[in-house]
Amino acid sequence: MKNRSLVSINDYSKEEIIRILDLAEEFEKQPRQEILKGRVVASLFFEPSTRTRLSFESAAQQLGASVIGFSSAATTSVQKGETLKDTILTVSNYSDLIVMRHPVDGSARYASEVAPVPIINAGDGANQHPTQCLLDLYSIRKTQGTLDNLDITFVGDLKYGRTVHSLTMALCHFNTRFHLVSPVELKLPSAVKRHIKDAQLHYEQYTDMSEVIPKSDILYMTRIQRERFPDPLEYERVKNSYNLVNAMLVDGKSNLKILHPLPRVNEISTDVDSNPMAYYFQQALNGIYVRQALMASILGFK
Amino acid sequence: MSDKRKELIVSAISNGTVIDHIPTETVFQVIKILGLDKTKNQVYFGTNLESKKFGSKGIIKISGKYFEHEEINKIALVAPSATLIEIRDYEVSKKSTVHIPEKVDKIVKCFNPNCITNKEDVSTRFDVFYDDNNNLKLACHYCEKNTSKENIVFI
Repeated sequence: MKNRSLVSINDYSKEEIIRILDLAEEFEKQPRQEILKGRVVASLFFEPSTRTRLSFESAAQQLGASVIGFSSAATTSVQKGETLKDTILTVSNYSDLIVMRHPVDGSARYASEVAPVPIINAGDGANQHPTQCLLDLYSIRKTQGTLDNLDITFVGDLKYGRTVHSLTMALCHFNTRFHLVSPVELKLPSAVKRHIKDAQLHYEQYTDMSEVIPKSDILYMTRIQRERFPDPLEYERVKNSYNLVNAMLVDGKSNLKILHPLPRVNEISTDVDSNPMAYYFQQALNGIYVRQALMASILGFK
Repeated sequence: MSDKRKELIVSAISNGTVIDHIPTETVFQVIKILGLDKTKNQVYFGTNLESKKFGSKGIIKISGKYFEHEEINKIALVAPSATLIEIRDYEVSKKSTVHIPEKVDKIVKCFNPNCITNKEDVSTRFDVFYDDNNNLKLACHYCEKNTSKENIVFI
């Protein structure tokens, strides 16, 4: 993986994914190691994403790397009309690795083709967010002890949620049984279902989540956004049926864990937070270890 | 129509390529895809010609030029029925049909308005695949979104 960019989760084979997760486990035991001392990581956030940016920057700094970059395009020469190519080529002169977040779909793939240094995609528009996917996998494996043969339930906006798409594709390596709960308008796109079918795995679709909770090992909640519905009445009708409250979890398996890519709005009631099944805040913490594993691996130190 | 009259419409070439059975409405697209609007070779074309098979058709003749498979397959997206005839010394030396390629580069626009190829000066690249209903789709190398056949726009 040395010097190779990570743009899409499909860039990694099953073995490479597992290698990163194993490495992340090492960093969880010892997150502060000066192995990247003297290295410069550029953190280019062409659109704001505080959580992802801070996670990457903290991960890099805990390994001793210096971090340069910007947190929005507003203060950069992008405002003067500089092309992405020029920005990437310039920053490549100053850094060993570029972490980038950009609002345009496909921007990270393009950057990886023009940059002489490796790129880690921290989100390109509505397309990919592979480090979120890796931290989701890490969280699943950590809480379940395995990634194989699990019943994984996705709830909410399965149509536009890119984290759901990437995670679904990655889980196709692990003999997952998929339970897909969403309003009819927000079903998983056929392009993603194609991966499940190609892997000859089983999936079921539901519009009500209560019946599927007792079957699930993982409940992956996502936010349903108001702007996805042309008719505001339709949004009002569906929004409450995809809200998880603590009382719904009484029939959950003992190993059930609830994940959410965050930020959450009201799809998980705050009364769930103190339930031991709630795992979404630890999930975010796992992002540090996974990003450390990635950066160390790409820079050739692990 | 007499043989003599027919010859006036589609004059023969001594050496080169004839692309026959092009759908009338895509003749100009074929010209563009193959860069014939910029070539120095002699090019003859006809549209709305009578065709026993298709009712009406287009034909293009390019003097002194032969095409590689990959190059000619680009036109399969708009003219899947096209026949390719290579002429050497006024004789037909080879006849073949076109095949839909596995990759389509630079000639089709990505349907996703938020794709980098529609925002900056980046050439498009697609993988060709068929969905469950056997409809042709182009998967964008950059944004990973699909462009279906009915949404194909040529650059």
